[in-house]
Amino acid sequence: MLFELIKTFFRIGLFTLGGGYAMIPLIEEEVVNRHKWVSKEDMLDLIAIAQSCPGVFAINMSIFVGYKLRRLWGAIFAALGTALPSFLIILAIAVFFSAFKDNQVIAAMFRGIRPAVVALIAVPTFRMARSARIGWTNCWIPVACALAIWMLGVSPVYIILIAGISGYVYGTYIKPTEQ
Amino acid sequence: MIFLDLFITFFKIGLFGFGGGYGMLSLIQHDTVERAHWLSTAEFTDIVAISQMTPGPIGINSATYCGYTAIHNAGYSELMSILGSATATFALVLPSFILMILISRMFMRYMDTPLVRSVFAGLRPAVVGLLAAATLLLCNAENFSTPSVNPWQFWISVGLFAATAFGTGYLKINPIRMICYAAFAGLLLLY
Repeated sequence: MLFELIKTFFRIGLFTLGGGYAMIPLIEEEVVNRHKWVSKEDMLDLIAIAQSCPGVFAINMSIFVGYKLRRLWGAIFAALGTALPSFLIILAIAVFFSAFKDNQVIAAMFRGIRPAVVALIAVPTFRMARSARIGWTNCWIPVACALAIWMLGVSPVYIILIAGISGYVYGTYIKPTEQ
Repeated sequence: MIFLDLFITFFKIGLFGFGGGYGMLSLIQHDTVERAHWLSTAEFTDIVAISQMTPGPIGINSATYCGYTAIHNAGYSELMSILGSATATFALVLPSFILMILISRMFMRYMDTPLVRSVFAGLRPAVVGLLAAATLLLCNAENFSTPSVNPWQFWISVGLFAATAFGTGYLKINPIRMICYAAFAGLLLLY
């Protein structure tokens, strides 16, 4: 069982490019359809919670499933399975890359890659803004957060804390009085 | 003590990293590049590029790579660097471990209450800001050069940025393919 868990999550970790939410269909296929470890309804709840909690989504999912099946050891093996492929691949690249990054050809390629990567982060910012329903009335929130981090060097940790507390205060005390 | 610092840093990133891999980038960048200077902006950008091209969650990829590079740049041996990447990855996963087990054991029924929902509603717009900050911090001379230092590289970089934004945003070109195009353009134009 533990072996089956680590093997399944190893496969999930190995075959998802792009990470995160790209993993959902594969996790569902393995965990719900193939092994029937979790029912389809429970799966939806787990996805919702794992998405809203901090941390790596795929790791959160694997810990949930592992813990449900075999308690602590199940959670440890499932998380290990998910993390191991990335860990080994990146480690190999890190060792290899530190020896080759002064190579002129590699350096030129990365000079081209870097601005492209900045765009790859810029695009999901707008996609995320749409799914978080950012409009004219609340767009000052992400703008203020971004400027505080970018211009003032405020730690994102404080931004997260303030945002969570503000959400609580707004939802509990202000929103009920608005109707 | 760099190992302890690495552990605390990535534990914090795991604990406050809302909004998936991209939301985490801002935290990783703030601590490893801006605060601790373990990595340069260029190295951080390279890590994101490599994470995009390899399987697995971007958070794990970055922790593993940062752990290795931070220790390596500090002048330690290969073995210590590998230990560094294990430390960072373990520290990143640990908060998830504690939180998910706590939720499974006792807080499952509190997850769908108005209180928790309003906290998450407050976090969502902030996470968009975090990602925007990560983008802005990466728009610097290390990644783009400057018009005065190297105008050729600067304008090529701006062009590649615009092309990638258009290609992945509108034409829905696969990001990995786009990185390969950019690498090829870099080889041709920026060698």
